[in-house]
Amino acid sequence: MLKIEDLSVEISGRKVLNHVGLSIPKGEIHALFGPNGSGKTSLIHTILGFPSCEVISGKIWFDGVDITHMPINKRVNLGIGVAFQHPPVIRGVKLGDVLRSFVEGKGGATKRFRIAQAVNFPIEFLDRDLNLGFSGGEIKRSEILQVLAQRPKFVIFDEPDSGVDVENLEVVGKTINNFLGRRSGLIVTHLGHILRYMNANLAHVLIGGRIACSGKSSKVLSQILKEGYKWCERCLREKEIEECKRKR
Amino acid sequence: MQEKALKAREKPAALGPDLDIKSFTRDVKSWPNCPVRSLPKDIAQQSLNVGVRTDEKGRAGTYFQIDHSTVFGAVQKMFEGKAEIMSTEEALEKYDWMEDYWWKLVAVDVDKYTALAEFGWDKGYFIRVLEGQKVTLPLQACLFVSKDNLNQNVHNIIIAEPNSEMQIITGCAVHPNVQRGLHVGISEFFVKKGAKLTFTMVHNWAQNFDVRPRTVALVEDGGTFVNNYVCLKPVKSLQMYPAAYCKGVNSRARFNSILYGTKNSYLDVGSKVVLQGVGSRGEVTTRAIASDNAQIYARGLLVGEQEDSKAHLECRGLLLSDSASIHAIPELVAKVKGAELSHEAAVGKIAEEQIQYLMARGFSESEAESLIVRGFMDISIFGLPNQLQDEVKKMVDITTARAL
Repeated sequence: MLKIEDLSVEISGRKVLNHVGLSIPKGEIHALFGPNGSGKTSLIHTILGFPSCEVISGKIWFDGVDITHMPINKRVNLGIGVAFQHPPVIRGVKLGDVLRSFVEGKGGATKRFRIAQAVNFPIEFLDRDLNLGFSGGEIKRSEILQVLAQRPKFVIFDEPDSGVDVENLEVVGKTINNFLGRRSGLIVTHLGHILRYMNANLAHVLIGGRIACSGKSSKVLSQILKEGYKWCERCLREKEIEECKRKR
Repeated sequence: MQEKALKAREKPAALGPDLDIKSFTRDVKSWPNCPVRSLPKDIAQQSLNVGVRTDEKGRAGTYFQIDHSTVFGAVQKMFEGKAEIMSTEEALEKYDWMEDYWWKLVAVDVDKYTALAEFGWDKGYFIRVLEGQKVTLPLQACLFVSKDNLNQNVHNIIIAEPNSEMQIITGCAVHPNVQRGLHVGISEFFVKKGAKLTFTMVHNWAQNFDVRPRTVALVEDGGTFVNNYVCLKPVKSLQMYPAAYCKGVNSRARFNSILYGTKNSYLDVGSKVVLQGVGSRGEVTTRAIASDNAQIYARGLLVGEQEDSKAHLECRGLLLSDSASIHAIPELVAKVKGAELSHEAAVGKIAEEQIQYLMARGFSESEAESLIVRGFMDISIFGLPNQLQDEVKKMVDITTARAL
């Protein structure tokens, strides 16, 4: 469904992704781990096509289509949905305005109401300015709400568990899990808490813009929790040494 | 009065480009009185674009002036005895006490435009809501210019008697044939004890039109004055600096402005609140958008002259073109300790991350821009009743859609 080949990316001349390869087949959920600043969010922005992320080499395929140089909205219309970690405040633009673009026509209002209910939002919330004065938990729920309304084939969640308290974590986790069903997706998580409530097939670890390892999600997570990201860094160093040897 | 005005005849305004008054004509045919419903279609359409309905649907009363003539002025039957609306000329004939309101807040010798309104006075509206009356529907007034190069000078008096409540929507518009002209408007607002007056003004001028309103409001004990202003169409130059004096205990004044400068428009719009009463409050909110070659000066002045008074000024500017400019000038003057004044101002272009975020929700780049611009001109800041809010929102949306 989503295939990333040898992707290198720069942001204002600084390399943030280094020969990244990743393949998420249809119906699979993958997790992406990595310490702060390892390039997780840059990878998401590149998949989406944010102009600040300049693709130096490599390709991104979605559903068999090369989307490497497609405008953001075209990719989204192909079926990619994203729940952001730090969405910007947009004064005067209402949450409802965005939902209306996904769910309109006859019965649209009722549908929007039901979707809002699913994430425990009162209907008044749809009249609020996007992300203005939202609490951490409200931002998460608003992002999930928008993705639910969009019904994408492939969905990316950027740190859905950061800044969410224990009770809400369960609500967020279960809502995401319900929604995913047979969809495909990528869950980016720093600490892996969210994975308690959902099943990921594979996990990848991103360190310094490189994929350090890939493996069974539960195994990778327990290893990280046990030994921290240092373990992955070691892994990556060994990998690099291997590569050098091969080149020689 | 005449003597004072005479001295100010050549006096340029403190702000805005100086105009040659003699280059405009005062010669125009008069319009007969007629039911507002019978106005020609093109005039009806233009007035509707500024919120004045010639079918009077959902309005408590109407004043309609074309050029120098009052065409119509009356309240609907169910509001008789509660509110009155007529030309100031008629009001001056009818009521001796009008002398107590005439040129009492605005000085006749402020500049050559106030002097012009004295020497070349062309009526204007008188709106009054009687004591204790709450007028549930908006009253409306339209000042229309039908002749090219005309000079129109109106003098309006608005009185909210004690404990009354009213909404007024006024629109200024020109006939599509009108390119050039000068409109001077003197407005004196009296908000008495416990009264609440919300005044919403929409301007649609022409590209070569010059506009010089001069407005002052006096707010007594427990009174609230809300002044909403919308300017959406190009204008050659518009300069105004309306002021509200919160003289009474716990009096309140709020100015909300939405300025959309297009083409070569020169907009110099300020709002001034003077806090004179104990517990008085003021609020100034401005949203300014400049595109094409528009130049916008967004001024604000809060003056604290009384203890336990508080006011805030907020100005946001959005620049849509590199050849446009927005100059935000917020000023705070505290004269006693215990006057709490604050301001925030932000001017810039649309943030890239906002566009990207909306594109990530499937909107195209131009759809995202228009959504942000329309959101920026959020008229919910006006605090209007639902129906009127919907009407004004529609006007704003139509103009924005066309401009983008």
